[in-house]
Amino acid sequence: MLNPQLNKNGELQHLLTIEGLPKDVLTHILDTAASFVNVSDREVKKVPLMRGKSVFNLFFENSTRTRTTFEIAAKRLSADVINLNIDSSSTSKGESLLDTIDNLTAMHADMFVVRHAQSGAPFLIAQHLNRSNQPHIHVVNAGDGRHAHPTQGLLDMYTIRHYKKEYSNLTVAIVGDVLHSRVARSDIHALRTLGVPEIRVIGPKTLISSNMEQMGVRVFNSMNEGLKDVDVIIMLRLQNERMNGALLPSAQEFFKSYGLTPERLALAKPDAIVMHPGPMNRGVEIDSAVADGTQAVILPQVTYGIAVRMAVMSILAGS
Amino acid sequence: MKITILNGRLIDPANGIDAVRDLYISDGKIAAILEPGQVMDGFESNRTIDAAGLIVAPGFVDLSARLREPGYEYKATLESEMQAAMHGGVTSLVCPPDTDPVLDEPGLVEMLKYRAMTLNQANVYPLGALTVGLKGTSLTEMAELTEAGCVGFSQAAEPVLDTTVLMRAMQYAKTYDYSVWLRPQDGYLSRNGLAHGGPVATRLGLAGIPIAAETIALHTIFELVRATSARIHLCRLSSAAGLDLVRKAKQEGLPITCDVGAHHIHMTEEDIGFFDSNARMLPPFRSKEDRDAIRQGILDGTVDAICSDHTPVDDDEKMLPFGEATPGATGLELLLSLMLKWAEDCGSAPEAISRAIAKITCDAAQVAGLARGRLSKGSAADICIFDPKAQWKVIPSNLASQGKHTPFLGHDLPGQVRYTIVGGRVAFEA
Repeated sequence: MLNPQLNKNGELQHLLTIEGLPKDVLTHILDTAASFVNVSDREVKKVPLMRGKSVFNLFFENSTRTRTTFEIAAKRLSADVINLNIDSSSTSKGESLLDTIDNLTAMHADMFVVRHAQSGAPFLIAQHLNRSNQPHIHVVNAGDGRHAHPTQGLLDMYTIRHYKKEYSNLTVAIVGDVLHSRVARSDIHALRTLGVPEIRVIGPKTLISSNMEQMGVRVFNSMNEGLKDVDVIIMLRLQNERMNGALLPSAQEFFKSYGLTPERLALAKPDAIVMHPGPMNRGVEIDSAVADGTQAVILPQVTYGIAVRMAVMSILAGS
Repeated sequence: MKITILNGRLIDPANGIDAVRDLYISDGKIAAILEPGQVMDGFESNRTIDAAGLIVAPGFVDLSARLREPGYEYKATLESEMQAAMHGGVTSLVCPPDTDPVLDEPGLVEMLKYRAMTLNQANVYPLGALTVGLKGTSLTEMAELTEAGCVGFSQAAEPVLDTTVLMRAMQYAKTYDYSVWLRPQDGYLSRNGLAHGGPVATRLGLAGIPIAAETIALHTIFELVRATSARIHLCRLSSAAGLDLVRKAKQEGLPITCDVGAHHIHMTEEDIGFFDSNARMLPPFRSKEDRDAIRQGILDGTVDAICSDHTPVDDDEKMLPFGEATPGATGLELLLSLMLKWAEDCGSAPEAISRAIAKITCDAAQVAGLARGRLSKGSAADICIFDPKAQWKVIPSNLASQGKHTPFLGHDLPGQVRYTIVGGRVAFEA
């Protein structure tokens, strides 16, 4: 199947999902990100790579954190950033998604950063731009439904590489609501492409699809078994609406079985790192002692997230 | 009007004919079927069609075609969809009651029948709503609706969640021996589902519809059939497990029949690709194993009929993210081609082509209780003459239907309709 993210020269035209991207494309993004990490420490935190370019943050679903990091990343590349929270503007007036895109295209957008509650929405936009002969406009998926959150996946890979150097000898566990998690899916594709030999997902059967193994992971329903000797623990956020209902009886019971406590963390390798895409629910999926502990790398993830997003946007703008 | 069709390969599965025959039509009926060289004395044709190299078959009977009237004229009109039927060689079609308003009152059915009659193209056989407004709570006036022209009663794609209502509906229908058309899909397990609950949905982050949604509904229906003896037609089977249950229920002797949508003979969950909303269907395309079981079911007779499940959807409702797009595909003009493609995949043996045609002619007519889909002397002259070898490309400009969306867009398919004859009148020719 044709990968709709790559142009005919094999260059990245859009970033929609990590699935199907070659290893060298991922490595190139991570290497580029490394060169941007220091930009944030400079007195003038800007490089002129996207001067004169307009980046539209199109958030059809609420987000403060991801939108802010994309905004900072674009501004550090000297781009002009326009934030649109479409939840409260045009679609509620009945305008269709593609009409919105056409209108913004007429305003000479160079890049759309899209978050949408529906899996696949950024694909629709990218295909529409390609079809309507606007291939110079790039689409970055900032999270679509349960499907993908590729920049989060990449920043997770950056963080893992920073602390662990190599991927080829690691065991990585992803814990919690895998079923609804776009972060988990992007992490799994990235970890596989980069050569991590063992990827585990841990959670109750209501939050892990029975055919998840076909994505190349080992499924554990027991936290104690799943965490044994792992190098990296990626905790997932449990959305409020999942906590009381047919998926889970209560947040308390979830924490009892799957919350990351210091005792459980001790089952992992002594130098294991703990990651979380944020925002955290302390006492639901993670104990404060772990979240604030020495093995947590949750705040560095946020810092690297800006460098990774700068890398993605600058690579797309240069293609 | 008298028409003679000469030299064609006549395939009439109802009468077990697959041979070169000449067909004589008079007064809207089939006057004679003769071997080549024989002549019908005193028959003076107004028109002679040379069908050498073509297949002459009964006009197709489609068990599910949404004409979108009344209520959804922006998606399609009776005019456009009747044209599509003629282009596809479909001379009789059954339309489900999910219009707006729903076909739950005799007046609406009479209006639809009248509108269709004035267009004078395909014969239209409406299904009445089984429950008022398809809401699954109270029964419709089935006897009145039958008098108005309904050939059965259906819930379209709406499940009856309340099994008491379902049982009562089946009992009431059985009182008059009306057939009840049900789509086996558990209303709870399919709720919010977007795609087959398999690895593709997991990978793409789409909510799944498990196969259990179909099998649980089938178990429920079969228990109620055992209790009520109602005649049930099961619409749009999608899974190997479902077909297996149907096979066993038929062996048990339950009064059931079943159909499959033509797209489901070929497509699988993989055809969603990168969220192609043209592949958003209800029931969803399932795994390759399920698809293969459907193909096998056509061969072994478990599947009684194939329908187009024609569902015109306009751009505004398809050019949306996968989960927001309206399910369904245009089908009237693909029905023949998708059957021929199935026969090709079976090796194009003559039996396969005959079997393929049976599923959209006599077998389908039998399900709906219609005296159509056969070329016997004296029967209505509903005929499709097509070139089985000619390929055509599925692109919007080649489709007469107002619905331009199908997962086969861009594909080349076998089989082009040359003539469609309804009631002895040439209604379409290409």
